[in-house]
Amino acid sequence: MTERIGVYVCHCGTNIAGTVDVVDVANWAAEKLKHQGVVIAREYKFMCSSLGQELIEKDIKELGLTRVVVAACSPHLHEKTFRTAAKNAGLNPYLVELASIREQVSWVHSDKTIGTAKSKAVVSGAVSRVIENAALEEIKVPINPNTLVVGGGIAGIQSALEIANAGFHVYLVEREPSIGGHMSQFDKTFPTLDCSACILTPRMVEVGTHPNITLLTWSEVTNVAGYVGNFHVTINKKARFVNEELCTGCGICQEKCPKKVIDDVYEAGLGYRKAVYTPFAQAVPNFPVMDKENCTYFIKGTCKACEKFCPTNAIDFTQQDQLINIDVGNIILATGYDLFDARRVSSYGYGRLPNVFTSIEFERLSNAAGPTSGNIVLRDGKTTPKSVGIIHCVGSRDKNFNNYCSVICCMQGLKFAHLVHERTGATVYNFYIDMRTAYKAYDEFYQRVLEEGTLFVRGKVAEVTNAARKESEKGKLIIQVEDTLAGKQRRIPVDMVILSSGLQPRADSKEVGKMFGISCSMDGWFTERHPKLDPVATMTEGIFIVGCAQGPKDIPSSVAQGAAAAARVLDKILQKEVMLEPIKASINKETCSGCRICNGLCPFNAIAYIEDDKISDINPALCQGCGTCVAACPAGAISGTGFSDAQIMAQIDGLLLRNLITA
Amino acid sequence: MDNDHFEPTIIGFTCNWCSYRASDLAGTARMKYAPNVRLIRLMCSGRLDPTFVLRALSAGADGVMITGCHPGECHYIEQNFKALRRYLLLKRVLSGLGIEPERVKLVWASAAEGARFASETTLFVEEVRKLGPLNWGKPAAGLENLQEEISKLEEVPA
Repeated sequence: MTERIGVYVCHCGTNIAGTVDVVDVANWAAEKLKHQGVVIAREYKFMCSSLGQELIEKDIKELGLTRVVVAACSPHLHEKTFRTAAKNAGLNPYLVELASIREQVSWVHSDKTIGTAKSKAVVSGAVSRVIENAALEEIKVPINPNTLVVGGGIAGIQSALEIANAGFHVYLVEREPSIGGHMSQFDKTFPTLDCSACILTPRMVEVGTHPNITLLTWSEVTNVAGYVGNFHVTINKKARFVNEELCTGCGICQEKCPKKVIDDVYEAGLGYRKAVYTPFAQAVPNFPVMDKENCTYFIKGTCKACEKFCPTNAIDFTQQDQLINIDVGNIILATGYDLFDARRVSSYGYGRLPNVFTSIEFERLSNAAGPTSGNIVLRDGKTTPKSVGIIHCVGSRDKNFNNYCSVICCMQGLKFAHLVHERTGATVYNFYIDMRTAYKAYDEFYQRVLEEGTLFVRGKVAEVTNAARKESEKGKLIIQVEDTLAGKQRRIPVDMVILSSGLQPRADSKEVGKMFGISCSMDGWFTERHPKLDPVATMTEGIFIVGCAQGPKDIPSSVAQGAAAAARVLDKILQKEVMLEPIKASINKETCSGCRICNGLCPFNAIAYIEDDKISDINPALCQGCGTCVAACPAGAISGTGFSDAQIMAQIDGLLLRNLITA
Repeated sequence: MDNDHFEPTIIGFTCNWCSYRASDLAGTARMKYAPNVRLIRLMCSGRLDPTFVLRALSAGADGVMITGCHPGECHYIEQNFKALRRYLLLKRVLSGLGIEPERVKLVWASAAEGARFASETTLFVEEVRKLGPLNWGKPAAGLENLQEEISKLEEVPA
């Protein structure tokens, strides 16, 4: 059948018409591509306007067009618009092809002759290709209304609560014994200085008691299969050695446990916990976990003090890890961040000079529930510092470590300055490169800290040392810095140094990304679908990213993202089914030789070898449409819809104007 | 032909998720680059069948640019590594056919790297310009009907 093709060239105001002679392109297409089936070629000021779309719809109906080429902007902008227009006029939307002559021609070239010539080639390629396009139907997939949230920090908590409150079930998986995340370790939150626990713990309790939330702490996702609407997830629920059915959370086991262990996680190494423990008093759930590596019973085979004293016989030394399988429709990843390891900046002396503290250590020092009951003291546990230096951008904005800005460190440094000043009256110095206090009420906080008398030195600290050069420096930490505003080198002796460390992607973010089928940026943060217009979705349908997993951010932004992703998930759940692009590969049973070359190429395990038929087959539900197998099949037995060999070959010929040669 | 005035024609294969978006970004940011490359959008660089490259070269292209996501950033997890493997093999095949393997180039460009896409394109155009026209697929005198002859040969009698 000969196709009847309509070509529509958009002026886009002067965006295209300024660098491309659109009338010439349209006339050329009508004349030179006539033999390919072009029956009409028009140009119009704005094809995407309702009048422009009506023009196409009218031609489809009146001229009986079977294919449409729109030479306009990128398909990522208006492909949907013109496909919908075609659909409205009764033409299959996949018989429309966009030729990008704006992003690929008019905006990137300045010469009109060249722009016009290239546009003709691009249109010619699209015409040749559209002839080979096949009518396709979108694939409808039902959505499982359950949602998995991975990570129980503030972002994950927000997502879980929003979805659960809307009446849908949520599985919240947390690696640590309790939810709460980093926020539960903080004392105060900037810029309002709210007590972190006071605003966080009510949310934690709500999660713990919510009828729509299944909380799985001390658990990790180990496998993810399936696709949007139908994910099958395996979770490893690690043995707690405490029976959750029987435990009342009374805490007697922790009291009686004779084994003290340095708490590297929650107390950042400053405090102790027992071998059986809840990380903090307000933990949710408040069932303790047994630390097998440090428990005397597991090491020596005797003790069992906890078991003896437990009033409800909840201690169970025989408990095993348990694999739980769940089915969910959508997944939200709120896996958070790791703190930059300040030891890596060896010139700042962390780990070598005792009175150099990291930001998280200072959070624990200043926290009333922390190891010093909120007393800001030196490493000896008793001396109050008289002078404190706070160093910003530790590990951030530094080509030796991380190029990016960690966003929170300026405000965190200011918060520390305020707390030190308020509680100890010490002289406080802030060493910064640039002060970044964007967002609501942040700069006002900066002004407040300035007025409180904190001293600011603009310059990147070169070194923190205890090598005194004069009497006044003896027994102090000396901060060597170039004061770039005063234009001179300074040596400032202080009692305590706090490193405002930056944020880093989780050490296992690449593996986690791979498991969930999403990608990471060069730095290791999860990549969003669009940096501006779609910051919580990912390129994988049904997987969302929130909080610091996506990039460094503060609490308000994490909460906003948590809620945003929940809204996106609810939107999908309420639609009950999801439409998928019909870009899939399929195997021709007649020509498949069963060589199995394609089998190992699919990262989504969509291709299976059917032993009985001695051929391979593709599961369309798992196929993501990348086309790698299509390119690999030596028999040409695999075809890919939307991007078939015929379409691409035709487009190559068209772009090179080989199609102008009439037979 | 004087190579300084030779304008090569190049076919560029882009990945829908990274380099095609990089080219969109180059456009949005009005970055100017050489106009010699005509793009084809694939879903993934892994979709690139080496015969596409051979077809482009035989149909009149002087060079082929293949672009994809940076290693480790593939939208389909790892398919760009498969593109890399095919690319390396293809270059050997091209050498065997007597075609400069430099006429085919693989460039990684993420969706955020509009500037890189533009500069790499311009760079490659200059590289191909130095190599001169390929003239492959353009029939020599007396062989104008070669394609037709070959088609006849390919028809296998029943």
